[in-house]
Amino acid sequence: MDQNTTPLVEMKDISISFGGIRAVDHASIDLYPGEVVGLLGHNGAGKSTLIKILSGAYKRDSGEIFVNGEPATINNPRDAKEFGIETIYQTLAVADNVDAAANLFLGRELQTPWGTLDDVAMEAKAREVMGRLNPNFKRFKEPVKSLSGGQRQSVAIARAILFNARILIMDEPTAALGPQETQQVGELITELKKSGIGIFLISHDIHDVFDLADRVTVMKNGQVVGHARTADVTKDEVLGMIILGKCPPKATPGAGALAYSEAG
Amino acid sequence: MTDEVTAPTALQRNPSKGGLLDRFFQATELDTRMLGMIGALLLIWIGFDVFSNGLFLTPRNLWNLSVQSASIAVMATGMVLIIVSRNIDLSVGSILGFVGMMMATVQTELLPSLIGFDHPLTWAIALLAGIGIGVMIGGFHGLIISFMGVPAFIVTLGGLLVWRGAAWWVTSGRTVAPMDSTFRLMGGGVEGSIGATASWAVGIIACLCLVLILVHSRRQRKRFLFPLRPLWAEFLLALLGCFLILGAVYIANSYPWPRAIANRYAEANGIPIPEGGLFIAHGLAIPVLIAILVGVFMTFVATRTRFGRYVFAIGGNPEAAELAGIKTRWVKVKIFALMGGLCAVAAAISSARLNAATNALGTLDELYVIAAAVIGGSSLAGGAGTIAGAMLGAVVMQSLQSGMVLMGIDTPLQNIVVGIVLVFAVWLDTLYRSRAK
Ligand SMILES: Nc1ncnc2c1ncn2[C@@H]1O[C@H](COP(=O)(O)OP(=O)(O)OP(=O)(O)O)[C@@H](O)[C@H]1O
Ligand SMILES: [Mg+2]
Repeated sequence: MDQNTTPLVEMKDISISFGGIRAVDHASIDLYPGEVVGLLGHNGAGKSTLIKILSGAYKRDSGEIFVNGEPATINNPRDAKEFGIETIYQTLAVADNVDAAANLFLGRELQTPWGTLDDVAMEAKAREVMGRLNPNFKRFKEPVKSLSGGQRQSVAIARAILFNARILIMDEPTAALGPQETQQVGELITELKKSGIGIFLISHDIHDVFDLADRVTVMKNGQVVGHARTADVTKDEVLGMIILGKCPPKATPGAGALAYSEAG
Repeated sequence: MTDEVTAPTALQRNPSKGGLLDRFFQATELDTRMLGMIGALLLIWIGFDVFSNGLFLTPRNLWNLSVQSASIAVMATGMVLIIVSRNIDLSVGSILGFVGMMMATVQTELLPSLIGFDHPLTWAIALLAGIGIGVMIGGFHGLIISFMGVPAFIVTLGGLLVWRGAAWWVTSGRTVAPMDSTFRLMGGGVEGSIGATASWAVGIIACLCLVLILVHSRRQRKRFLFPLRPLWAEFLLALLGCFLILGAVYIANSYPWPRAIANRYAEANGIPIPEGGLFIAHGLAIPVLIAILVGVFMTFVATRTRFGRYVFAIGGNPEAAELAGIKTRWVKVKIFALMGGLCAVAAAISSARLNAATNALGTLDELYVIAAAVIGGSSLAGGAGTIAGAMLGAVVMQSLQSGMVLMGIDTPLQNIVVGIVLVFAVWLDTLYRSRAK
């Protein structure tokens, strides 16, 4: 990876707190075109909160976001989408009572020349995209409520790749998927990567992350423990980062690294 | 333990091939809930007919019922969107009262001095002014709810008092009457009905539309390889629908003008009065046609436009809607503004029917409207509801009320019954939904 090009996204010194809890504490993270960055950490480390700031779901208390080197104002999900940032949320964020096609196009419906919903076109496109992701999926006319957890997750993934994202955020995208679908998502990620999209991948499956990610960033208690190229570190070392906050020699330590806090 | 016991029975309840009735429902894809409501309506009708010694199921009473339902039905279509988006509007009756008063004042006190008495445009100006006021009131409620974060329940509860009080303020409690002669047509009556020939024409057009819709949806299903209904089911649906439409027209056409009015009309037009009096049919009433048009329009809005889609998405999962980039707050403002506009249409119908705007106009209507929407399948949990269901719900509520009037039941008892029915309907809804899971 040519780290000299401008990063697709750079989040600098981001902080946010909810009441008394510092969910994200001066965290910085970046992402280059055609790169997959794995975001790791224990439960409650602040991973989802950090990426939700990028996707416009939360407003940060402090810090800066740059897209393509330019400062970006992201105050709501619409702003993020303008920058080509698409998100698969951990909670999926689908409207249960409408069907798959309606969810895929939610907020960006296709319209006929008369300004009415073009359900036919939306459905056709939905079938195409879902076919790529989950060929077994057939229940296009039913409300998403009646789908299985994995099927709902496929819907959420399809929605994120539908609109030519440049930056894709995947928060545990395969948590509910079977082995075949998980593999399909893996292939999808590789494919998207080739086309120059940058991907943040949050996952608790360290093997998956090592298979797919070029770099990892580890968070602990809202702070960044460190960044490392997957080629430079072992899985055990990364586990050490996640559990103990211990930064191995080949990783770049962040504010949350153990050595740092011991010194401080 | 209990799961193990109930699981097999639950499976048996939804067999893929069951008895004749199951097969019928599967083939026609008729909504069992809607059918249940029609069943309940028929039960109410037959019950009242029996207890009132055949007074209920007469063309005269059914025609009156249709006219009385119109105003509630119009507002119920808007209440569906309100309830679907997890809100409530308790102020509709008071908005109706206030807007009705404003429209009456505009046409009786303001316009005559500006454009002259009984000007052909008076009704339109008054109606448009009313709709404008209604939209502003509803939008104002919506703004407070969306941007100041006060729950809809409280804002509209306040509105219930504020607008009822404001209605009194307009004329210091004086009743305003009579209304403009064209405006009055919106209230029905002899002149506000379209007569036999036009009614048949409307009925036939409606039948043609129904058939076209069925054909079109079958084509779409074929094109996208969706499961098709068996042909016999399509024909059955078409026949049933046309039968209901033409049946309604037939009933409306069986209700004659009162003898005195028919005779006066005959004299004025030089028509000889036959033995036993002249039979001139009312036909469909204009308020009913207005309600049907509103219903079609609102169904279109709810199912074919972005706005409608957003309303349902917000009701299904407000957070997801927000994350999808929908401006959920503005959608809410629009929903309430639309409700205000519909209150104005309803106000036109009820004040025209009364030929006056009184302080009591629309009192307790909010309960009828909410009951109509809930009986018609709008879930208070949000995310589900249909316009057609709510309009049918309005007919159910109105049937109850006018049936009780017909049987000479006092107003207090009527209110007790309506209150109980409302609670009962919501309970049925909860039952239905927990079973549907
Ligand atoms: N909306 C919120 N309100 C209050 N506290 C919140 C909110 N969202 C997150 N938090 C808190 O912020 C912290 C970080 O949460 P976050 O969801 O980012 O963790 P995570 O790393 O994604 O964990 P997981 O692996 O379980 O998904 C937690 O302590 C959580 O309780
Ligand atoms: Mg998370």
